[in-house]
Amino acid sequence: MATAFKEENTGAHTPIHSDAVVVRFAGDSGDGMQLTGGQFTLSSALAGNDFATFPDFPAEIRAPQGTLFGVSAFQINFGSQAIDTAGDQPDVLVAMNPAALKTNVGSLREGGLIIADTGEFTPRNLDKAKYTTNPFEDGSLAKWKVLAFDISALTMESVKPYGLGNKEALRCKNMWTLGLALWMFDRDRQPIIDWLNAKFAKNQILADANIAALNAGHAYGETAELSGPLKQYHVDAAPAPSGLYRTVTGAESISYGLVAGAQLAGLKMFFGGYPITPASAILHHLSRLKEYGITTFQAEDEIAAICSAIGASYAGQLGVTSSSGPGIALKGEAMGLAIMTELPLVIVNSQRGGPSTGLPTKTEQSDLYQAVYGRNGDAPMPVIAARSPVDAFDCAVEAVRIAVEYMTPVMLLTDGYIANAAEPWKVPDLASYKPFPVEFLESVPEGGFKPYARDHKLKRPWVKPGTPGLLHRIGGIEKEVDTGHINYAPANHQAMTDIRSAKVNGVADSIPDQLVEQGAKGAKIAVVGWGSTYGPIAQAVRRKRAEGLDVAHVHIRHIWPMPKNLGEVLKSFDHIIVPEMNTGQLKTVLRDQFLVDAKPVNKVSGQPFTIAEIEAAIEGALS
Amino acid sequence: MNDMTPVKASSPKDWETDQEVRWCPGCGDYAILKAVQRTMPELGSTPENTVFISGIGCSSRFPYYMETYGFHTIHGRAPAIATGVKLANPDLDVWIITGDGDALSIGGNHTMHLLRRNLDCQIMLFNNEIYGLTKGQYSPTSRVGTTSPSTPYGSVDRPATPCAFALGAGARFVARGFDVSKNLPEVLKAAHAHRGAAFIEIFQNCIVYNKDVFEDFAAPKGAEDRQLWLRNGEPMLFAKGEKGIALDADALTLKVVDVVDGDWQSAGVIVHDVTNRSVAHMLVEMRFGEFPMALGVLYDDPRPTFNDAVIAQNESASAGKTADLGKLLAKGQTWTVEEGHPET
Repeated sequence: MATAFKEENTGAHTPIHSDAVVVRFAGDSGDGMQLTGGQFTLSSALAGNDFATFPDFPAEIRAPQGTLFGVSAFQINFGSQAIDTAGDQPDVLVAMNPAALKTNVGSLREGGLIIADTGEFTPRNLDKAKYTTNPFEDGSLAKWKVLAFDISALTMESVKPYGLGNKEALRCKNMWTLGLALWMFDRDRQPIIDWLNAKFAKNQILADANIAALNAGHAYGETAELSGPLKQYHVDAAPAPSGLYRTVTGAESISYGLVAGAQLAGLKMFFGGYPITPASAILHHLSRLKEYGITTFQAEDEIAAICSAIGASYAGQLGVTSSSGPGIALKGEAMGLAIMTELPLVIVNSQRGGPSTGLPTKTEQSDLYQAVYGRNGDAPMPVIAARSPVDAFDCAVEAVRIAVEYMTPVMLLTDGYIANAAEPWKVPDLASYKPFPVEFLESVPEGGFKPYARDHKLKRPWVKPGTPGLLHRIGGIEKEVDTGHINYAPANHQAMTDIRSAKVNGVADSIPDQLVEQGAKGAKIAVVGWGSTYGPIAQAVRRKRAEGLDVAHVHIRHIWPMPKNLGEVLKSFDHIIVPEMNTGQLKTVLRDQFLVDAKPVNKVSGQPFTIAEIEAAIEGALS
Repeated sequence: MNDMTPVKASSPKDWETDQEVRWCPGCGDYAILKAVQRTMPELGSTPENTVFISGIGCSSRFPYYMETYGFHTIHGRAPAIATGVKLANPDLDVWIITGDGDALSIGGNHTMHLLRRNLDCQIMLFNNEIYGLTKGQYSPTSRVGTTSPSTPYGSVDRPATPCAFALGAGARFVARGFDVSKNLPEVLKAAHAHRGAAFIEIFQNCIVYNKDVFEDFAAPKGAEDRQLWLRNGEPMLFAKGEKGIALDADALTLKVVDVVDGDWQSAGVIVHDVTNRSVAHMLVEMRFGEFPMALGVLYDDPRPTFNDAVIAQNESASAGKTADLGKLLAKGQTWTVEEGHPET
């Protein structure tokens, strides 16, 4: 287990050393659990741990207080070794109210620790959480260690000198809890204090009160250690290549990757977006980066968002749009227009549970069909999938490269998990990325100007309106080969359909061969994944290999077109399983493309795979 | 192929493409195309800096016939595409060509928001009160009772009034004309001179599916009595000056008054002030029949444009900052793993 949370005490006042710990903070959506988790993450980063996080929050902004559906949770797995997932089972659950306990305790490791605020376990709140008896009194928590005390009262007491109202005082509870967690894991409080001072720079009283609560929680740990189940742990720094690090979420790294891509292409960027969970964060990030030559446009709807981006591409900028499943569906017709007019465009799809509105804040990988096949007509389009927040940076750069080098829309798939999850990131050396500068056609070439003439990659020229001598008209009606005039002739449509298909297939010439992440070609079984299942698959395969099983891990970034050697790689394995957070979409594509017996392993609960689930799938496939 | 574009466009011919025009013989679109090609040389734009952007429908084939840059997009979305074009290159002279179905049905949302934001462009809405390209279904501007393949017993829903829609959406320029009107170039020039979104409704005769539906006011015979051509600073007179439009102060509406011996002042006839938004609201709502058809520039009162505002904010937000992505990534709460640290 990655979560080797050792119990043996090595002596009083000496922190217990542990390889990896999973902590889950859970509370009401108004309790500030995401903030607490975020700051604890920063503290883990500064302690040099490797980590992965999993923010899990409801779609409702402020669901009725105390309800089961209003619980917001943040899980972090941090360790002194490589951490690939947010952890299967928490070792520690911090439950700020009965609803948080009820919805989260089931996943807590047997023997794990519950820290709960008894101040919130009132008859009314117990009733809201559908508890008929108090769980602290009815023996239902027997298989866990319980540290239940009145955090609310202790917080009130700690902030008393600042004269806050009851409500405001109780708001400091999350910082009190964070203080306790910082003590528990032997962490420095100063970075959090600095952050609080910065956050409440305009209200010193609130800053001081929150700092007092943080300190009080920390002090409580020292005292409680002597008498109860509370122990102090220390997780050493994880091995890592030397360099400068920061934390990054998928939404951040995609935004930065798009900026880097635009710079490598030598283009200004136009981003057309429409608010939608969990994609909005990309619009938010980019709208603050105007000095990078970025125009962001919050359009009136998803269709206008992509159409404005197409308009900007037509005018000579890098058009980008972003959404999640339902919005991507609305953009479908416009993607066809970008395919027909052969304009560069990047479409980011932060997938969420579907169909329809589905599960807005939960993760899923169920838009692969939509990405590869989801348009009218034969409308081929390159598709790339990011495997992690860090990987999303390179994927965004790659999406931009393909878009401008092939004059095509490209879809970049990410998901709600990657968008919100954070991990440590060695700040990339941008000079190591090869530029791919765009050359616009600016004068009539030898032999005359033809808007749909093609180079060796089958790319047509990119001409900015405003260029003298190259006036032409484009549109969604079938184009005549070379001239781009309207042409409905049977042979011409056949020719143009073939060209569009060959152009996109040709992208495969510019992408690396498929690697085998772990194990080797010819293994008895391969676990083939894409996107955010990377973490649990990598960890599960590592464990199974450590047990001596002949298992390989193949993770596909280029979903369409696929790497040229992929068929050969896949055919080398005796068995193939494809874990996906959908009902088997990549599996179907692999079967179709390579006639291999890929077996599906599916999960559509809105939650990422656990490592144990993948391990079980590997065992099941071999039995 | 030689240089296709003369540096200085001087004649309507320079704005014509070599493409065969494919509208039905007798279609009002021909007259509008001619009016535009006749007007362009007088606007001071060059073909290479001009972009015609259209949606879907008969009218939306227009860009193929203009020797400029052109983008025939998808149904209803021309305003959204135009927004991206103009924000990416504000130096371009952007014209949107659309129809009643394209702009007010499937693309109503984009039309509304383009007008609200006040993107600097011209929007020419060809209103023929019918879906032509799909063979004659009734449209959002069709009159109640229009029989069509989809409404064999007559349409029952009330039509939209394009100019009222535009004004309601916040348009700062609203004008009307019709396909064969000799005044159309003058209206186009005024629209082009307006900085901001200029909305022009052009009644257009669909001779196949909605023939002569505008004859009641557009027919040359009796036109004087049925058309009110509005000119800024001039009294609202029609019927050879024998009638005019006055304010009914009690009902807060407009009314038709008789003008005796040219004394329009005594008759209370209003002098057209293109910047008067209240009167504009009344002009766009004037019901034909009881009133003449209000034509020409109904309203023209510029406001700062969306593209100017976006660019100004881009510039002010960038002022004093450098675009150093490496620095940006290294900013904030970071930590350093030292050399000699055990590697994975």
